[in-house]
Amino acid sequence: MTAELTVERSDRQRRILYRLPWWIATLVLVGIALVWIFPFLWMLSASLKDSMEMFSGGLRLWPDKFVWDNYARAWNDAHFGRYLINTVLVTVITVVIVTVRCALAGYVLARYRFRGSKLFLGILVATLFVPTGYTIIPVVKISMQLHLIDSLSGMILALSGGAYVSAILLYFGYFRQIPRELEEAALVDGAGFVRTFFSVMLPLAMPVTATVAVLTFIATWNAFFLPLVFTFSRPDLRTVSVGMQAFVGETATDWSGMAAAGVISIVPVVVLFIFLQRYFVEGISGAVKS
Amino acid sequence: MTSRSVQLSRRQDRRSRSAAAAVDRPRHGWRKTTWIWVFLLPTVVLYGLYTIYPIIASYWYSLVEWNGFDSGQKFVGLSNYREVFADPLFWNSFKVTLLFMLLVVPARVLLTLLMAMILNSPKLPLIGVLRSAFFIPVVTTTAIIGVVMRFVLDPASGPVSSVLAKLGFGGVDFLGDPHLALPAAAVLYIWKFFGVTMIYWLAALQTIPYELYEAARIDGAGTWQLFRHITLPMLKPFLIIITVLTIEETFHNFDLMYTLTAGGPYFHTEIIEIYIYRWAFAAAIPQLGHASAAAVVFGLLVAIVGAVQLWALYTGRRLRGEQR
Repeated sequence: MTAELTVERSDRQRRILYRLPWWIATLVLVGIALVWIFPFLWMLSASLKDSMEMFSGGLRLWPDKFVWDNYARAWNDAHFGRYLINTVLVTVITVVIVTVRCALAGYVLARYRFRGSKLFLGILVATLFVPTGYTIIPVVKISMQLHLIDSLSGMILALSGGAYVSAILLYFGYFRQIPRELEEAALVDGAGFVRTFFSVMLPLAMPVTATVAVLTFIATWNAFFLPLVFTFSRPDLRTVSVGMQAFVGETATDWSGMAAAGVISIVPVVVLFIFLQRYFVEGISGAVKS
Repeated sequence: MTSRSVQLSRRQDRRSRSAAAAVDRPRHGWRKTTWIWVFLLPTVVLYGLYTIYPIIASYWYSLVEWNGFDSGQKFVGLSNYREVFADPLFWNSFKVTLLFMLLVVPARVLLTLLMAMILNSPKLPLIGVLRSAFFIPVVTTTAIIGVVMRFVLDPASGPVSSVLAKLGFGGVDFLGDPHLALPAAAVLYIWKFFGVTMIYWLAALQTIPYELYEAARIDGAGTWQLFRHITLPMLKPFLIIITVLTIEETFHNFDLMYTLTAGGPYFHTEIIEIYIYRWAFAAAIPQLGHASAAAVVFGLLVAIVGAVQLWALYTGRRLRGEQR
């Protein structure tokens, strides 16, 4: 009996001893992670301090007293309420357009051989990494010709037309590995081309759709170059990223208001990421796996 | 029946069958083809208009004198290219772009590999939370990070300098010092996009079957030997792919650089994208032809790296194929 107990105890001790290095490693990593996200914590705290404390407080996080007025100033005086609405509008519509167009294209390219399909795919892959700085001048020119510059709809179209080849490739890879029989079964059941896609294939691709939607959401929310160029003469159409840059130029003294504006702009993507990070991580690792 | 007549009848049979199919197929095929192109239409229109057309149009624009989006274009041949190549500031931006790449890519690729290997060990507690923490900077808006960091690193009133002053290193102007600005931007960039490369490596590490490690451990291999003889060889094909992906990503750096330093101090952080932006949008008289010529050169640089990427992808696949 006693022998059994000691054995058990030493067993547990050994297990704790065995786990100890892992816990130490975790502790070190938690420390690094805190340093890693410190800029965000600092920004959050700065958004609640008054300007005086912000200058004198250094890296201290907890504000002496909470100044919620910073948020009111950012929201009203710096127009971040409007910028937020613009950004939500642009982002949501762009996500819908990009997801739909990439799903359609990815499906057709994966399941059908037609004249020009190889060329089509080749052009897409060849232009996988075109930077905005390269295409920006013709994009502005053509938007002017179509009377789409200085408008949110023009910005949305330009954003949904740029890049996102990786989204098509994600759909391509997924639809490619769906067995042929499924399509044939749908055909036997009397479903045509369009019905097969919408009621059989697209529902199957839900995980890819989630991944593409999340990736596009974050890319569009964070877009800067195109929204900057599209709103030169229309400050009321700015998105949050452009608004932030303009904020510093216009009211250089209101640093705590700036921090509040930053928090307003960043919180939506961070919340989205926390809830949907699985899809996000999947989308990024897709680049390596394929 | 002779063998020849069998062949003949077979051929006839095939011909008649293909004829029967031909009756059915054109209509069916025609309808299908129509739907195929209807499905491709949104991509053809949007991608064609906002990506493919600009790529081609840039070449034309680089051959004209064109001072402002509203004014006319005059064909001037290659003189824009001559001006771009004669402009020391263009070569400066070229150099800054490559230098930035050299500063950023090795750190991103190797440090993230280390972190990914730590975060891949199944025995580590809190692993999900830790991964998320290292990933959060990636999803936040780069332009906003740039603006906020400009304040954080401000030599007069920023929190970093106030802490440094207490430690006795007062007045370091990270973004204003010509020698410090680019390295400072590089550190911020590595921090911002660390998570992306880390996820690449985690995906690569997860392709290594766990049984391999177990088998080696039973054979008495230590941690270092496991790393040296299993992890490293298995990751070799991924190293090429991940390095090239990371290089391509460093070309997309307008957001951070523009909000952080806008190319300053005195062009020391002016990457090619900011150079193009300056000539096209920030000048009193926009020189769009000049900017387009610079853009075409930039596009070629990206394309060369892209070609290396394709090659790397094939080599990587071949290496992986050999191992199986």
